[in-house]
Amino acid sequence: MLNSRRLVLAHFWLAFTVFGLALVLGAWQMFIRSPLHTWISNPEWYYRSLTAHGTVMGYVFPTLVAMGFGYAISEVSLNQPLIGRKWAWAGFWLIVVGAVMAMIPVALGRASVLYTFYPPLIGSPFYYLGVVLVVVGSWIWVALMSVNLHAWKKANPGAPVPLPMFANVAGSYLWGWTAVGAALELLLQILPVAFGLKSTIDAGLSRVFFSWTLHAIVYFWLMPTYIAYYTIVPRAIGGKVYSDTMARISFILFLVVAMPIGMHHTFADPQVGAGFKFIHSAFTALVALPTLLTVFTICASVEIAARMRGGRGPLGWIRALPWSNPIMLAVAFSFVMLGFGGAGGLINMSYQLDTTIHNTQWITGHFHLIFGGAIVIMYFAIAYDLWPHLTGRAMRDLGLMRLQLWLWFVGMIVTTFPWHWVGILGMPRRMAYYDYTDPAVAPQAVSVMLSAIGGFILLASGLLFIVILLRAQRAPREEAGLYRFSAALHPPVAVPALNSYALWIALMVGLTVTNYGFPIAQLALRSDTSVPAVYVGANP
Amino acid sequence: MTTQDHDVEEARVAERVERRWATLSIAIIVVLAGAAAFAGIHQATMPQGRVETIQPQIIHLSGEFTEANLGSAAEPDGSVTVRAVGQQYSFTPQCMVVPADTPVVFRATSPDVVHGFLIQGTNINTMLVPGYVSEIPARFKQPGEHLMPCQEFCGVGHEGMWAKVKVVDRTEFLTMSSKNRRVTCVE
Repeated sequence: MLNSRRLVLAHFWLAFTVFGLALVLGAWQMFIRSPLHTWISNPEWYYRSLTAHGTVMGYVFPTLVAMGFGYAISEVSLNQPLIGRKWAWAGFWLIVVGAVMAMIPVALGRASVLYTFYPPLIGSPFYYLGVVLVVVGSWIWVALMSVNLHAWKKANPGAPVPLPMFANVAGSYLWGWTAVGAALELLLQILPVAFGLKSTIDAGLSRVFFSWTLHAIVYFWLMPTYIAYYTIVPRAIGGKVYSDTMARISFILFLVVAMPIGMHHTFADPQVGAGFKFIHSAFTALVALPTLLTVFTICASVEIAARMRGGRGPLGWIRALPWSNPIMLAVAFSFVMLGFGGAGGLINMSYQLDTTIHNTQWITGHFHLIFGGAIVIMYFAIAYDLWPHLTGRAMRDLGLMRLQLWLWFVGMIVTTFPWHWVGILGMPRRMAYYDYTDPAVAPQAVSVMLSAIGGFILLASGLLFIVILLRAQRAPREEAGLYRFSAALHPPVAVPALNSYALWIALMVGLTVTNYGFPIAQLALRSDTSVPAVYVGANP
Repeated sequence: MTTQDHDVEEARVAERVERRWATLSIAIIVVLAGAAAFAGIHQATMPQGRVETIQPQIIHLSGEFTEANLGSAAEPDGSVTVRAVGQQYSFTPQCMVVPADTPVVFRATSPDVVHGFLIQGTNINTMLVPGYVSEIPARFKQPGEHLMPCQEFCGVGHEGMWAKVKVVDRTEFLTMSSKNRRVTCVE
């Protein structure tokens, strides 16, 4: 059952439109700071663009994808019309209004503070209010997912919640709680100063608040991708999910341990003590577990598909996979990028190794590879898979779709590998230009140029993606049939403890309190470390 | 054997394989965390351990970060302490001098916004957060020059915030420090 097609399509179209715009900015930034261009005459333009790129790609685009996909999952997997569709539209419009409200001051140069806010730098209050509206809009989605699940549980007492919905609701709870860190920073610290009610701010405390959001937000971005791994990929390539239980365990692990680990972003910060840094480092190691489990289950599920298609031998089955199917291609690319990105992530979370690459271009390379690469390529796959069911029209551009995925994969590798490398050489992040004539910087020039070329490949791929969606929207009508998610090899009969969230949410909140409570309280009680706000773009 | 028995048997095999993989995954994670703990206990590179606060608005007026006190100071125990301040959009001193093959401690802070402190070609890399003092122990093997960019966005002039660290021979440093109380590249 997919009744709310217009709702889901509206989310996807808005998501991919803002993605396209932010992608253009990203490519421009890669070019303007590379040796292919002379120094930008007004560096402020670069930071404007960077603020817009980060805000859209971090807060608006993935949130809309998760929401649209979430509504589709709720209807299809529960086979129940969406409860609260009007509220869902209200959430959607809040995001539209919030995004526009945030982007106007950014475009005017009144909020060039980057999407990570960086107080005591303070921009226009409308920028922060816009971001708050986006988050509030997404919280409506969180509530709706919970409401829909409870209605279904009431109608089906004791039955195992379908895996897609189970994962989807876990993702929504994760997001609901993750966003609280940045919300506290905005409401308690930044907005009072932005409105002129207060004039000083403790930058150390705000960095800790933000780290609460900053890491788990990545797992929120990742949720649709993992849901697609488990519930779309096996069906799309003609296989089955190897283990339904392991999938549930993975999603629950994300819910519980994605949160209390954010302080690995503050390893180099002087306002957090070594003990909490180490605890967060150890917990970060733990969050690798659900990914390791997922890699195994998905590889096994893919192997099942290959063997069902007649694949043989220890590795010979790989040839039997439906490589002409875009979903197959997407998941393979996604896994390669997840592998490299994950290996890089292990270095970032390391209590010791982090110091070599902290805040260098390595980090930018890392999260572009994981988020832009492994995660976003599955957003493309989700759109390709759902589109015929949403539009009621055939999707025949298989060749173009494969080309688009290839371009995205190649583009991402060409962009991020040299990016990692210059990071190891010590190239700092977020700079409008570099002096490539300096003998110490000159060796980085070639790598930066390569990255810029990769950026253009990504831009071409992103635009091609939008063209494919547009063409499909104009294709002849064709009934796509019933939309289904993957079946499990051994369908679950009863899933004790993995059918509800109360225990896991209690653990999530409890661990956040133990891992964040003391550092936050200690910083909040300190009064002599605040500095006057530095207003951005106050005098044009 | 009925199909149902076969199914149950199959599910059991699937579970066994899965459990093996999960055990291996947990072992990998335990080894990783253990290695970090071991290296930490044995004083390898470590994130700063102690939180040290300072009143950011008056660092120029009194205390260890007044202008006359910035630069490299030779300590009685033979080590060297380098004090620096990062502000929009420069470091003071703009060029630091340290001796090779000597224990060095960098102490730095910021009076305005958040800055970064990264010495290229080394693993010296920390944040300067107003209100807090960052302290990094280091040892440079060879004489040479290193660039030292600010690695955290600090405003529109961020891209211009680069300093230098000059590593000189130990005896050369001692001559310099016998002439000046605080050593920088500008004598």
